[in-house]
Amino acid sequence: MPQLTLVQAINTALAQEMERDSRVVILGEDVGPNGGVFRVTEGLQARFGKDRVVDTPLDESGIMGSAIGLAIGGMRPIPEIQFEGFLGPAYDQLVNHAGRMRTRTRSAITVPMTVRVPVGGGIHAPELHSDSPEAIYTHSPGIKVVMPSTPYDAKGLLLSAIRDPDPVIFFEPKRVYRSFREEVPDEDYTIPIGEAKVVSEGDDITVVTWGGPVFQCLGALDNLPEDVSVELIDLRSIYPLDIETIVESVKKTGRCVVVHEAPKTAGMGAEISALIQENCFLHLEAPVQRCAGFDTIMPYYKLELEYLPETPRIQKAIEECLAY
Amino acid sequence: MPKKVVYEAKIEHLQILDEDGKLDQKLAKDTLTDEQVVYLYEQMSICRQYDEIAFKLQRSGRMGTYPQNKGQEANAVGAGLALEKGKDWLVPCYRENAALFMHGLPMHYVLLHWMGDERGNQIPEDCRMTPLSIPIGTHMLHATGIAWANKLRGDDSVVATFFGDGATSEGDFHGAMNFATVMQVPVVFYCQNNQWAISVPRESQMNSATVAQKAFAYDMPTIQIDGNDIFATYKATKDAAKRAREGGGPSFIEAVTYRLGDHTTADDARRYRDQAELDAWMGKDPLIRTRLYMEGKGLWSDKQQTELEERAKRIVDEVAKTALEIEAPSTSDFFNHMFAELPADLARQRDTMRTSSLGLDPDQVGLGARAQRV
Repeated sequence: MPQLTLVQAINTALAQEMERDSRVVILGEDVGPNGGVFRVTEGLQARFGKDRVVDTPLDESGIMGSAIGLAIGGMRPIPEIQFEGFLGPAYDQLVNHAGRMRTRTRSAITVPMTVRVPVGGGIHAPELHSDSPEAIYTHSPGIKVVMPSTPYDAKGLLLSAIRDPDPVIFFEPKRVYRSFREEVPDEDYTIPIGEAKVVSEGDDITVVTWGGPVFQCLGALDNLPEDVSVELIDLRSIYPLDIETIVESVKKTGRCVVVHEAPKTAGMGAEISALIQENCFLHLEAPVQRCAGFDTIMPYYKLELEYLPETPRIQKAIEECLAY
Repeated sequence: MPKKVVYEAKIEHLQILDEDGKLDQKLAKDTLTDEQVVYLYEQMSICRQYDEIAFKLQRSGRMGTYPQNKGQEANAVGAGLALEKGKDWLVPCYRENAALFMHGLPMHYVLLHWMGDERGNQIPEDCRMTPLSIPIGTHMLHATGIAWANKLRGDDSVVATFFGDGATSEGDFHGAMNFATVMQVPVVFYCQNNQWAISVPRESQMNSATVAQKAFAYDMPTIQIDGNDIFATYKATKDAAKRAREGGGPSFIEAVTYRLGDHTTADDARRYRDQAELDAWMGKDPLIRTRLYMEGKGLWSDKQQTELEERAKRIVDEVAKTALEIEAPSTSDFFNHMFAELPADLARQRDTMRTSSLGLDPDQVGLGARAQRV
């Protein structure tokens, strides 16, 4: 079984699905001969031709809007937005059109497309290349939002996303792109959208996270005393959210820390905390703790690790929640 | 080194039937047959009557805001006839009712839309169109994408998208034009330049002398036409569609027309528009000139006119009745088309929308959990 990075796993999934389904087309900035700025689409244009892997004009709204048209016209477009910060210009098309088309036409017209977007900080990138806007799109009805953190999950989730009859944003944590390899089967397999993964089982406290911070959380777990037993949940899908897995875990542990890179206020941590108090209030031994980015502009990279929930801060959050 | 000219351009204006009903025989060659002229006149008249009834429905509180098409009907019918029903795509704004009807959209759907009922957007399977688009200038990108899909799938259908002069100020208009030309897809950009974007006149909307010249930036074939002339609207669309179908890529049409009504029933154009300007355009009404032409050619009589008016009333009354009498949507209908398959939490919200303040299952808030714990 091949050992792949996240980048390679996504590339493999794209190639396999393009092979399987002639309706799949990739469009975006620099996705052709250059293979995308992160090389996620490397080699795909040479293999599938310029009609199916298309370098577009530099216009995110144009990419999103024409991808919507491609989907309406019977294709399965996979638009790539180069960095999450550039989703801004495409916001209107994505939220007000892709997300609403099925409802406003009572399912007569649908938009099956997968929007691939590198996301998050920690790679010393320039301004507007390090944000985590997943909550914005989760708050926008009609769009599914996923963010795998491992190569194995990335392949399975991407295949589910492409085959989904509705629009899916597939966030790819940049920090994980090449950080490690793992075994990724050659064969076709899917991971259902909406299913979280229990990374490590434990009884004392639940840690809920997704994307890049999964690995900062694992670092924090390593630093905790050996007798502390932590259940770490990687959501993988942000919308729909696997409430059951979270609730089941918190009912067992009575304590929960939610970790995410996005700003704290009105972030997914707020939603998850609310769901926990709605569903297992009387099981709680401590308030749900949020360990998130601050409510500031994501700083330039000299200070990005001060902003991001890094291992020491996560460790502190877990210790505080346990001590309550 | 002397300077040299690297780009030169000109724009033609096409008018075949003038406002007095006089036809340019040479230009009219191979355009509309007499039967087609009569047919288009009938379609325009029915659409005008549709506006009347829609206006009354709004004023009597039976329908929400409605934008009249009045004065611009020659565009919808000319373009509608030039495109192949059931094969070519229409990606409309909201002043092309007649084209949608000619391409098979049940007429009461548009009323349903303005009555606040999404079922009016539930395009039947045999109709190739997207629903009315309310936000300005966003849908032309969808037209480009649909045309792109046609090209990739080897389907020789053409896509026509309609929008106003104001829409050409939007970034997505330029994105749609740019993508369409770069990808050379079969789409016709049809601008109904009706001179007003709600209260802002064309000359405040853009500095360019014409809308048509905006296509030069994309090296797209472009023409300005008299948008109140059914011969011109038909011919320009037919030519553009032919070019697109034969692989010649996108085209641009600026149809100079005029919004004889208010922007919508919520608007009062007297606040910003001179009566003299309106009066001048009243004389250029496409219905008047088409009737003059037909009468001059012996194709139309007062008797036929009376019969048509009666028929239009009957048709539109029936349509209004259908729209008014449709059964109410089920209470939770707005949940059911969010996704192909409803996520569990959304299904829970739907199922408890009347029994819990936030749509949450009462079993899981408080009491259920307490019982479980105790």
